[in-house]
Amino acid sequence: MNGVGAFLTRRRGGRGWHFTDVLAFAWLAAGLFLMFGPAVWLTLSSFKTPAALVEFPPTLLPLDTRTATVEGHDKPLPLYAVTAEDGGERVLAQVRRIGTVAQMVDPQAPGEIVKVPIDQRAPLREMRFATENYREPFQQFDFLTFLRNSVFVTVVATIITLLVNSMAAFALSKYQFRGRGAVLAIILATLMVPLSVIMVPLYVVVNQLNLMNTLWGVILPTVATPTGVFLLRQYMLTIPDELIEAARMDHASEWKIYWRIILPLSLPALAVLAIFSVMWRWNDFLWPLIVLSRKELYTLQIGLSAFSGELNVQWHYVLAMTVVSMIPVVVIFAFLQRFITSGIATTGFK
Amino acid sequence: MARAAPHDKANSLALVLAPFGRLMRLIELPMAWLQRRAGLTGVAAVFLAPNMLIFGVFVLLPLAINVLYSFTGGPAIFLENRTYVGLDQYRTLLDCENYLEPLTCRQDAFWRAVHNTGIFVVAQVSALVVTSLITALVLNREIRARGFWRAVFFFPVLLSPVVVALIWKWILQREGLLNAVMIYFGAERTLWLAEPGWAMFWAVFVSVWAHLGFYTLILLAGLQAIPRDLYEAAEMDGTRPLRVFRRITLPLLWPNLIVVIVLALIKAVQIFDEVFVLTRGGPGSSTLFITQYIYQTGFADRIRNLGLASSASIAMASVLVVLTLIQLSVSAWREREAAR
Repeated sequence: MNGVGAFLTRRRGGRGWHFTDVLAFAWLAAGLFLMFGPAVWLTLSSFKTPAALVEFPPTLLPLDTRTATVEGHDKPLPLYAVTAEDGGERVLAQVRRIGTVAQMVDPQAPGEIVKVPIDQRAPLREMRFATENYREPFQQFDFLTFLRNSVFVTVVATIITLLVNSMAAFALSKYQFRGRGAVLAIILATLMVPLSVIMVPLYVVVNQLNLMNTLWGVILPTVATPTGVFLLRQYMLTIPDELIEAARMDHASEWKIYWRIILPLSLPALAVLAIFSVMWRWNDFLWPLIVLSRKELYTLQIGLSAFSGELNVQWHYVLAMTVVSMIPVVVIFAFLQRFITSGIATTGFK
Repeated sequence: MARAAPHDKANSLALVLAPFGRLMRLIELPMAWLQRRAGLTGVAAVFLAPNMLIFGVFVLLPLAINVLYSFTGGPAIFLENRTYVGLDQYRTLLDCENYLEPLTCRQDAFWRAVHNTGIFVVAQVSALVVTSLITALVLNREIRARGFWRAVFFFPVLLSPVVVALIWKWILQREGLLNAVMIYFGAERTLWLAEPGWAMFWAVFVSVWAHLGFYTLILLAGLQAIPRDLYEAAEMDGTRPLRVFRRITLPLLWPNLIVVIVLALIKAVQIFDEVFVLTRGGPGSSTLFITQYIYQTGFADRIRNLGLASSASIAMASVLVVLTLIQLSVSAWREREAAR
């Protein structure tokens, strides 16, 4: 027995297992379960019918009762496996249930009603993905509008952020002028000013500018990010000044230098900022919550929060729309993980 | 063929950027004119202008008038219509017989929020630092598929706070997965988000779950900067792992660890989004935090009190300024250390 144990625990390089290996493995396993598990559970649940969602204890996979259309009944009837007194089993469709007795019919012989005690029948179930959870919120509720608002805010805010921040970063990295240090210091100092500190006066300013209850009221206050200016400036400092001098010799205007030389050379930094900006704006919550109070202007996040805060939460829709709102982030992560992680590791910002 | 692929990519990129290029060319004419008139400094000012204008209107101006607002009272929104009340708002906010007992305060909700935030910050930051340190240490070992494991711990960072809260709300609800597991093992059903103690526990747990990956990444970068030969030397001496951790890893990781602690503190003091969607501050006010107090006093309550909300936000800002100063001095110290 000892030999088997030694064989199973033998490792490459002839070293034995150390207790830290076991602990590390346990940590990873627990991490996989605790980090991935909840998201997977939400996604699986989003494909369940309302009836399957209220079932307790819940099933792992989305199961739905099989139904059959029976002559003489308009709606499809749920099918059950019924155990008869003699131990035989047959499939019956339930017409209605009165107390502890179910009235059932044989789908093959729909004329005769059989009375069956409910503890002698078990629903026949199959796996079915309730895709209507995804279709109906777009048709019956405003989720299409929410989605459109979210996309508009994210795209427009990101474009403006990239343009405005890169222009400022260019000025701060490639020109010598009086007050440059002061401007830089102000930007750096406000790097740490969070929304929660200025939301009251910001609300007043946005109100004064008649931007309340507009998507521009969500977009504009967030586009001049100090993080973006800082990140782009640090990158542009590494672009050699000789390039600019050479372009000036060729009588290129400063604007041309900016968009034909500086912008293309800064593409890696611009990409990082674009990814961050998309994630910030797509996931934004507190500020849109303050600015938008009309339902047709809600972004996806605000709409989800409002839907999940109702007295009778329609979980089948909320879960499906949560999955929809996760899609862009998951796609970005799948393709651009390296950009994001290296961006965080080098700047320390999120 | 091998060359065609990047070429295609460049082509499609050019197609996307075509309208952008046209716009840029359109701006070029007035900019060239301006350059002739105002010279290089003028051009620099124009480059800086849009960003600084937006920045000034939406960040600097609010910062300034926040202070003014905290000295005014009344229901009016615009500053010129508000009455000057001096330090009254601060007095209301700080009027308390016993600061440890929120019910004896005039603004009991504010002090309840301060208490809750204090508990939350201590619990969340310590849990966050310990778990992200362990995760970083594990990920720094020679494991297979490190990229995959890093992604496992990192992906919640990218989820929106609303999504994070809904994922957990769904598990913690009365008929949820956790209660099903509890009953399966013979325990009793618990209303996780309706009992004050448990609601606070889950607020801490969920926010650690959401942010763990971010701090792990910073610590992992720090661990990978520690020279390998130090560990090799320790291994040759047969040093025990715990001792290696105490004598090599911890001292060399210390600067990164401090950055993580201060950043986590700054974020934890402002906690709002995910907890708001998870518990709405409840049950009662047991998960009411300072940011939610400001939000409710200024925006959500039927009688808006912008003055009080401003003074509360300035109280919070002063805490954040202290934390930020600590962070700045730490990073300056780090740079000095690195330069030596």
